[in-house]
Order: sequence, then structure tokens, then C-alpha cells
Amino acid sequence: MKYLEEYRDPVLARALIQRIIGTAKRRWTLMEVCGGQTHTIVRQGLDELLENAVEMIHGPGCPVCVTPLEQIDKALLLAARPDVIFTSFGDMLRVPGSQCDLQQIRSRGGQVRVVYSPLDALELAIKNPDKQVVFFAVGFETTAPANAMAVHRARELGVPNFSVLVSHVTVPPAMVAILDSPGNRVQGFLAAGHVCTIMGWSEYDPIAAKFRVPIVVTGFEPLDILEGIWMAVKQLEEGRHEVENQYVRAVKRTGTVPARELVEKVFELVDRKWRGIGQIPMSGLGLRPEYADFDAERRFALEDIHVDESPDCHAGQVLQGIMKPHQCPAFGITCTPERPLGAPMVSSEGACAAYHNFGRLRHTPAGAA
Amino acid sequence: MCLGIPGRITELRDDRGMPMGTVDFGGVRREVCLSYVADEVKLGDYVVVHVGFAISKVDEDEALKTFEALKAMSQLDELEWIGEIADKSLEGIQGSGA
Repeated sequence: MKYLEEYRDPVLARALIQRIIGTAKRRWTLMEVCGGQTHTIVRQGLDELLENAVEMIHGPGCPVCVTPLEQIDKALLLAARPDVIFTSFGDMLRVPGSQCDLQQIRSRGGQVRVVYSPLDALELAIKNPDKQVVFFAVGFETTAPANAMAVHRARELGVPNFSVLVSHVTVPPAMVAILDSPGNRVQGFLAAGHVCTIMGWSEYDPIAAKFRVPIVVTGFEPLDILEGIWMAVKQLEEGRHEVENQYVRAVKRTGTVPARELVEKVFELVDRKWRGIGQIPMSGLGLRPEYADFDAERRFALEDIHVDESPDCHAGQVLQGIMKPHQCPAFGITCTPERPLGAPMVSSEGACAAYHNFGRLRHTPAGAA
Repeated sequence: MCLGIPGRITELRDDRGMPMGTVDFGGVRREVCLSYVADEVKLGDYVVVHVGFAISKVDEDEALKTFEALKAMSQLDELEWIGEIADKSLEGIQGSGA
């Protein structure tokens, strides 16, 4: 086994689809909170195959998409500085800020480099002692251990010209915000498999209990997602609301303990703004005071920059599942992958980009999906 | 963004005190930080890799169990009423990329 292709078997997928349709006595509404899962669901048309049994709502599962405009603007200010080499995961380069994006800064001579790992950014700092190297530390819990390690290593090795622009968010507070909102329709969740690979799933127990929703930790391949949906539908039909784990090959109840420990050492919980949603209390990570020397916002005095978001982009409603991407008035007209109004149309994992790239171009009234 | 790909550890080494290794992803090899899984992995094990970091060891026994259960289920399944529609729509699944 290679633990990848096997989970794309069409015969087994068909059996699972039959199970789900056979189990659901009514149509249930589930939300996946991971852009990778959204991508698989839309690409394979799993939601359309299951149309009569479940409605899949695509949640705020893409860290690129939820990064607020002001963090993008701070990145652009840093990248434009002649003394800075700005490093980032590739996904962030075309996310529009108020005026332009990182790619445009690069075309005007700014030093913007795409890195595969945050440790590559640290290496770049070691090799360029006369430059300030800033890494754009975005991501969910999955990416936090990698970014924490880069900061911790920088301190250990004494690399004074390395810093990070942090825009880390955590998934459970966003799920609570969605369940708490008056227009909520979500009856069960597929929890993001790789977030749970790091964190385990104990923090979902109180959410499942309080809101009486099943939460199934789910992987990313078509069979994983179908099995996750089936497990959630079974719980709903049986009136249960528990946390279950579909992704047993990669997720343990306790998560990956050494990774969690370093994240807790380097970061602390802070309030974070989510694009289109607004401030969610204790929903993100910021550097602890012991690591504040590596905070780019502090080093370059960017802490007091606040920016309002464009009213033309309905990303907030899409990210909360209130509106499907193709129900947005801008979708495919003033907002396309070539000229995006907001991040969900840019990132390969954004719901708007997934709908656009896989030809879901029809407009239907909100709520009638 | 949270993309994690399973690969097999083909080499272990130490970089200034940090456990590193080479991981093979079906022929493509990458340098990977093994710090978070160092206590539980050995050469030849499968790990899930995200942005250059192994974030967990693949539990091969559990993977096999899930898979056998799915296979048994599909063999038991005699339901044909949606088969035809599902077949048509699922033609795209086989061989799709990550």
C-alpha cells in the first residue's frame, strides 16, 4: 500500500455512496472545514452524487482565504522594503491586498520568494545576513508546528535577521462561531484530518456535546470523505452526536504530542480577525513574549495598521456557508481566478476557485442549492 | 494548505541537532524534518508530510483494517439502483492527482 491511490477506488466509492443514500432517511446538512476536502468534494462531484441525502456546505477551511486584508497589506508593506526578503508559501502571492498583491510587488523589484518549508526561509536568512528575511506564517494548527520550529530554531541558532508575520488561526473557535450564528444550518461536521493529526480530537468533544452535532475527523481522499459523511449521517439518523475518527491511519486521540508542545512553547492563543467574518475571540495564535523579538509586526512597527474589507467581495458569507460561491453576484463576472476580488477565488483550496475551476457556473438563489 | 502527503523514509540524519531525513513520495524525494516523529519512526516507515515536516507516522495496521472493512462492505453490497448513475459520475476518480 502507498496510503494514497487505494483511497480513490471507484468500486469502493460506489459502495459507500449507496450506503449513505440508503442510510439517510431525510436530507442532512454537513459542513467540511478543510479546503483540501472542499477541493476533493467539488472536483469529484461527490456533493452532486449525494444531492438527495446530504447537502455539503463548504466552511472556512482555507487559511489563505480567511487571512484578513490588513495582514495582506502588512505583507505588501514589508515586501516593498529594499532591506527585506519576503518569503511565503506560494498560495499567498496572488491574494489581493487593498492596492495590489505580492506578485505585483515582485514584478516592481520587491524581493518576494516562495518557499516550500519555513525552514527554507530560515536558511535564506542565515545565507543573507545583510538582509532582513521575513516569513509569512499563515495556516491552521497543521502548519503551526512547522512555523513554530522555524522561530524556535532561529532563536536557538541566533539568527537576528529572521522574523515572522503571523496570521495563524485555529479551527474549533470558527466552528463554534458558525454554530452560534442565528442563520446556522449545519447539523454535522467533517473535521479537518491534518489539523487533528497535530491536535488530536479532545477539543471537539465539548462542541459536539454542547451543540449536539456529530463531528467526524476525516481524511482527504474520496473514500475518506465518503466514509466520513457516512459516519456522520449514521450518527444523525441514530440521534447521536459524538466525535468519531475516520482518519485512523494518521490521527491519534492525543495528536502529535511533541508538535503540540513546541506550538504551545512558541505561540499563545490570541483574538484574530477572519476575513469576511470579523474578530473571533481566542481564535488564533500569536508569538509568546519570549519570542517577541521574532515578531515582524513589532520589528517593523506595523502593529497599528487596520484596514476595512471591500464590500464587493462576499467571502464572509461564502466562508460561513450562508452563500454558495456561484450565488455571489460577483462570481465569474467581476471576480475570476485571473482577477480575484477575494482570497477564496485565488487559493486552489478556496471554495470560489474550486467552483470556478470545475465548471460550477450556474447561478441559483441562495438557500435553494 | 493543510495538504499532507504520505511518503516512505529512505534516509535518516542529523542537522545541527535536528532529526532530518529523506522521504520518498512515489519516486520524488524530499528533505523532511522528522523532529516531531523522531521517537516513533525508523527507516522504511511511512509518514504524513506537510510543508517539509513529518506530522505523523502512518499507522499501517489501522490503514489495512479500514481498507479491509471497506472492501468487505463493497462485496456485501447488492444494491444496484444507483450503480449506473454513480459509475458514470465516478469515471473521473481513478488516477486523479492529489
